[in-house]
Amino acid sequence: MSLWTNVKRVSRYGFIGFIRNGLVSVAAVFILIIALFFQANLMISNAAMTQTLEELKQKVGITAYFQPTATEDQVMATKQALEALPEVALVTYTSRDQALADFRERHANDQLTLQALDELGENPLGASLDVQAKEPSQYETIATFLDARQTEGTSGIDKVNYSDNRLAIERLGAIIDSSQKNGITKEIILGICALIIVFNTIRLTIYTARDEIGVMNLVGAGHWYVRGPFLVGGMFYGLIAAVIVLVLMYPILRFYPVLIGLDPTAEILFGSFDSFGYYIDNFVLFFFSIVGAGIGLGVVSSYLSVRRYLKM
Amino acid sequence: MILFDNVTKFYFDDAPPAVEGVTLSIKPGEFVSIVGHSGAGKTTLLKMLFAEVFPTQGSVFFGDHEIPRLSTRELLKLRRNIGTVFQDFRLLPTKNVYENIAFALEVAGKSDEDIQADVPHVLDLVGLGEKIWSFPHELSGGEQQRVAIARALVNQPDVLIADEPTGNLDPINAHDVVEILKRINDLGTTVLLTTHNKAVVDSVGRRVVTMDQGKVVRDDPHGTYVL
Repeated sequence: MSLWTNVKRVSRYGFIGFIRNGLVSVAAVFILIIALFFQANLMISNAAMTQTLEELKQKVGITAYFQPTATEDQVMATKQALEALPEVALVTYTSRDQALADFRERHANDQLTLQALDELGENPLGASLDVQAKEPSQYETIATFLDARQTEGTSGIDKVNYSDNRLAIERLGAIIDSSQKNGITKEIILGICALIIVFNTIRLTIYTARDEIGVMNLVGAGHWYVRGPFLVGGMFYGLIAAVIVLVLMYPILRFYPVLIGLDPTAEILFGSFDSFGYYIDNFVLFFFSIVGAGIGLGVVSSYLSVRRYLKM
Repeated sequence: MILFDNVTKFYFDDAPPAVEGVTLSIKPGEFVSIVGHSGAGKTTLLKMLFAEVFPTQGSVFFGDHEIPRLSTRELLKLRRNIGTVFQDFRLLPTKNVYENIAFALEVAGKSDEDIQADVPHVLDLVGLGEKIWSFPHELSGGEQQRVAIARALVNQPDVLIADEPTGNLDPINAHDVVEILKRINDLGTTVLLTTHNKAVVDSVGRRVVTMDQGKVVRDDPHGTYVL
């Protein structure tokens, strides 16, 4: 008998079993839906956290303010020295003129300040360099470097604002560190819980068929012939649950993200993160992850559950 | 053809053996009724033949094969060559009559065409041609047992084992089942039957092996039910 004939028969029995054990199948699919929603939620939360942290990282930085008398060459020398540091990701130069223009724009509605500025007659603002580090923990090194240059007295640096931002920078570093560690721990623990629940549900569905497995053994069916329909059944559970989750994610993320744990406070915390847009843009990733996880969970759980009842 | 060679079976170390020192030889084409009280060791003896349990001492031979020494693959092949019928029918509950019987043919590697031809034929043989698309729960006990017999027969096994096949049946259905077993035996299949039912044994009128406390206490070539 050909392999193809066997595959055909096993698939047919798997499908028939799935349909005829309607209630049991619905229960298994339901539990898998919950597990897969959980996975989708984790994927979105992780993306939201990563993006928010990236944005925060960019917002934090060190600014070196130069004296108004500092020459452009002095500023550029410091800029080049900073760029040579391995810890530095980006140095942005703001010229004196630009600083003045920014100041005027910021105070466009404050006539008093603008008048005072005009009365000064000359630009009182110095140039500045905004420095961004690759990692929040590296600001300390950069600040030390800038402080040293300031002390030398030849660089023209008037003030380094690290000490002002120090607390915020250190806290951000700690938050990023702990949220990444917590995220991984949370994922592992909840992932194991989901796995155990799914496995036990599928084990129950197969427990109800244990006599049937015994009869199949008795008439001389090979192990793979007995196991096959249950693996196909597990595949159906996973596939159907995955498709339902992928479809339901659309309206949920669009209108009601709280349903899968993305509550409004999370939205506020994550600021501008657009979970719906992220889902649509990364649909292929979601499709393969959710379908893969669904089928994988269904098939592996079925395999392990049937093994118990295969005698000999 | 079948030889139980001084077999003993202990299920638990601290309990008496279920079967003790049984030596029994069965020739091809025989109809052997094994009788005895509950716990006499009848079922254990039969289970050793289709390798559901293995002897603690001694051995069991089927033709040239020593059953305890067979590999898993060879044991599965052996089971396809032994038809089994039980008191509780043991049908596949989520499969209809056709699928229950087809399953036995499929595991034996039969083609779809053969299966489509053989299933209705064997169902006619047990008088259930009209119930081909019914599910087990839609059948009476007698009908379920006839499906089980059809499944046991469809691969034309050398041996048919019937373990208390009439235990759950009324006298009329029990009589029908015994008649079917006799007919199968007349066609050349060896039949091993265990039963408590005196009327069944007496109506068969062939070899009767009596067991008591795990031992064979009587082996009568044309016996009746005597305990």
